Amino acid sequence: MQAQDLLEILPELLLLISACFILLATPFLKEAQTNDEDVFYTPRGASVAFQIAQLTLLILFVWFGSRITELPQTIMNGLYSIDPFSNLLKCISSIAVWATLTYSKHYLIDRDLFRTDYIALVLLALLGQFVMISGANMLTLYLGLELLALSTYTLTAMRPNYARGIEAGMKYFILGALSSGFLLYGMSMIYGATGSLELIDILRVTHPDAVMRLVFAFGIVFLLAGLAFKLGVAPFHMWVPDVYDGAPTAVTLIIGGAPKIAAFALTFKLLVTGLQSLSTDWQPILIFLGICSLTIGNLTAIAQTNLKRMLAYSTIAHMGFMFFGFLSVFDDNAYSAALFYVVTYVITTLGSFGLLMVLSSKGFECETIADLKGLNRRSPLLAFVMMLLMFSLAGIPPTVGFIAKLSVLESLVDAGYVGLAVFAVIASLIGAFYYLRVVKTMYFEEPIATELIEGKGFAKIILTMNASIILLAGIFPEFLTTICLNAMRSSLQG
Amino acid sequence: MILSLAIWLPIGFGIILLASGSDTSKSYVRWFALFGALLSFLITLPLISDFDRSNAGMQFVEKFPWFARYGLNYSLGVDGISLWLVVLTAFTTVMVILAGWEVIQDRVAQYMASFLILSGIMIGVFCALDGILFYVFFEATLIPMYIIIGIWGGKNRIYAAFKFFLYTLMGSLLTLIAILYLYNQTDSFNILDWQQVRLTFKEQIFIFFAFLIAFAVKVPMWPVHTWLPDAHVEAPTGGSMVLAAIMLKLGAYGFLRLSLPIAPDASLWVSPFMIALSLIAVIYIGLVALVQLDMKKLVAYSSIAHMGFVTLGFFIFNPMGIEGGIVQMISHGLISSAMFFCIGVLYDRMHTRQIADYGGVVNVMPRFAVFAVFFAMANCGLPATSGFVGEFMVILGAVDYDFVIGLLAATALILGAAYSLWMTKRVFFGKIVNNHVMHLKDINAREYLILGVLALLTIGMGVYPKPFTDVIHPAAIQLLKHVAISKI
Repeated sequence: MQAQDLLEILPELLLLISACFILLATPFLKEAQTNDEDVFYTPRGASVAFQIAQLTLLILFVWFGSRITELPQTIMNGLYSIDPFSNLLKCISSIAVWATLTYSKHYLIDRDLFRTDYIALVLLALLGQFVMISGANMLTLYLGLELLALSTYTLTAMRPNYARGIEAGMKYFILGALSSGFLLYGMSMIYGATGSLELIDILRVTHPDAVMRLVFAFGIVFLLAGLAFKLGVAPFHMWVPDVYDGAPTAVTLIIGGAPKIAAFALTFKLLVTGLQSLSTDWQPILIFLGICSLTIGNLTAIAQTNLKRMLAYSTIAHMGFMFFGFLSVFDDNAYSAALFYVVTYVITTLGSFGLLMVLSSKGFECETIADLKGLNRRSPLLAFVMMLLMFSLAGIPPTVGFIAKLSVLESLVDAGYVGLAVFAVIASLIGAFYYLRVVKTMYFEEPIATELIEGKGFAKIILTMNASIILLAGIFPEFLTTICLNAMRSSLQG
Repeated sequence: MILSLAIWLPIGFGIILLASGSDTSKSYVRWFALFGALLSFLITLPLISDFDRSNAGMQFVEKFPWFARYGLNYSLGVDGISLWLVVLTAFTTVMVILAGWEVIQDRVAQYMASFLILSGIMIGVFCALDGILFYVFFEATLIPMYIIIGIWGGKNRIYAAFKFFLYTLMGSLLTLIAILYLYNQTDSFNILDWQQVRLTFKEQIFIFFAFLIAFAVKVPMWPVHTWLPDAHVEAPTGGSMVLAAIMLKLGAYGFLRLSLPIAPDASLWVSPFMIALSLIAVIYIGLVALVQLDMKKLVAYSSIAHMGFVTLGFFIFNPMGIEGGIVQMISHGLISSAMFFCIGVLYDRMHTRQIADYGGVVNVMPRFAVFAVFFAMANCGLPATSGFVGEFMVILGAVDYDFVIGLLAATALILGAAYSLWMTKRVFFGKIVNNHVMHLKDINAREYLILGVLALLTIGMGVYPKPFTDVIHPAAIQLLKHVAISKI
């Protein structure tokens, strides 16, 4: 390792430093009547921490955003790679976490969660995602994954005196640990077969007709099981609805938003960068997982009355759909379609959970579909925002969700999977039903409460911008897709 | 630029209304919406005057790169097939805004905006020359219509809105796969390129059926028509007018623009099947219409029967049939919207659509009865009304194709007369049995205006259809020439 390498990972260091600084420094900002038992709980300290975190995230956003076209390079003796692909994903993750915190500020204050340790954990989770996105070695990837996972386990169970959250955190922890075990076991098999942990080396020594075929196959199965757990893909999806539902909405967004990008990066790195030559082994498994997810996710979502659970099942379906982008062989168009799908999915998810938080207030948790009744009368703007989000998730033009589905379907047809494309389309039709029900509830039913939704002006502005992006990127998709394609090309060349 | 303006002007007005309108300034909202609709309609008039009637190709073409990675273009154009549909759409929107003037008191701005936006989107479908652009507009029509039915509809509106949305979405999703497949074969999303590409018979069959599901649901053809009566019965008057006048035409238009030219061999091979379905729609649905107790349902079923004529005309592959089909589309747009408006007039006053609740309306609403009887006559194809021209041409074409088919199609005239006139008799004539009918007020100036304009156009088109057929003829001939050349 050289001193220059430290310069390259400056943003990661900045993130780490601000997380530590928040933890260490803010307890000293004591207030007249603080709760002595809990050093982290100081309202003024939390506001300062919040501002520091937001500023850091904006700096990171600009930093990575301005480096999207940088030349690829591998640093830290091949452990860490920095290329347009990683810069793009980190840029989006940063702004996603920024938006998450913006939406959740009032929500957190109302639920005694607006604490310095909460904010520090959010930043650490982001650091874990960065490491996953940039890791060029299986151990680095695993390290990043665990940093992300441990932070989110804690966040899930963090709300004081909230049994559902603690239960969800417990489930998440046990299943997450199990899946990490799977993943690590798979990695060890691959390591045993290739003698290397570095993805580049693994790519070099794997051949479809290698002697160690069986070991590879086992390794791939375990890797995929672990990945499927992390992504929440059926049949490894059991934790998703419980955790999404049990966690406070702000935490749900932290789990369901930005980390999906990192999970995509992890999948891409392991399967494409590392094990590309064995694609005939892992592609059938992806098809199976994708079909399961689309079926189970969409069908179960119909039966949900809880909006958070419904969105959880919708996540399962969307992740399955994303897998379909991996089915062509070394095609940058197809992979960038999957990348674009994930990016737009994250932007849409941010909006939908953000809206739930804006609608929640002290003592009122907006989480069932019925809570949205007559939203159009109470706030036409927010109802319109939610309608755009739902139509985007359903993939109806002119929202960006349509372009995302179109790209993935195009790659499927291109790879010769016309039957699978038809299946995906039918599953989307089933999906449209429950998204539509949300729109119905907002527009066609009479409101239960008559008071208007006031306050939270800034979050509302960002929410409106979020929805505008979904509409504008749907009408003018060129910009975002070109970035995704270029990032993917440079990554595949490297 | 005219086409772009025709699409985006109403959408722009709609967005302004959504953003600024509220229920506290209803009259401002109404006048603004009317202004927007009128302006959007006037914009389309130069299309008629500047249209080159000797040219069978695309005119007023606009083309800009939109999404270069997939070679998507924002490309628009009209030919003889689509020209009148564009004008009809803009015109119907003006009528619809007027029709909702007094009835809609709740969320006026959203109501008016939905129709303006819907109008722009539907014009987009008729103008799009890029496959994805077509698909985007085609799908996007669902959103405003879903909201129109769901918010301002009748008792069972939510069920109807869902049925409408899911039915039509189911149809169009498979179209997407066909579009992607064609892109895969041609590396282009241009519909005109697709029309030239060579395809094997098997591919053509696949593409034809993928399109068929979408368009058949939209038209709607028997047996996928069941969403239409529900949607019509529950939709507000304006919604029914747009649905019958324009939205059904989107499917029929799709046959002409995509199915026939892209998969000609498959179309010819499937045509006996399509003719059979059309005849079932004409005869069987005509019989179903006869027994309806609800006026709106009756007119909805009559719409299905009339659209059966349109598809029949398309699939007999002769100039008379295709031109007759297109003329029938335009004429049905005028007559059905007038019929739905008439029912709306009665419903606003009596709040019932049951035929049995009426009787003797002519005694209290003589002026209205004149119009209503006139449109009922036009609906069953009375000569000198526009309804006659289209049906007559299609029947001529059908006789030319096969006498028995022509004969069967002609029975529709009898059935049409039966259900239209029988309903008229039960509603308007006879003694007044229901006390509420005694207190009905005759139509006011606004209603008079709407019905009068529609009646004038219906007669005008019936007496002198030349301006329409002149435009349609070259395009129809070219389409037939294209279809006659095998693509295998």
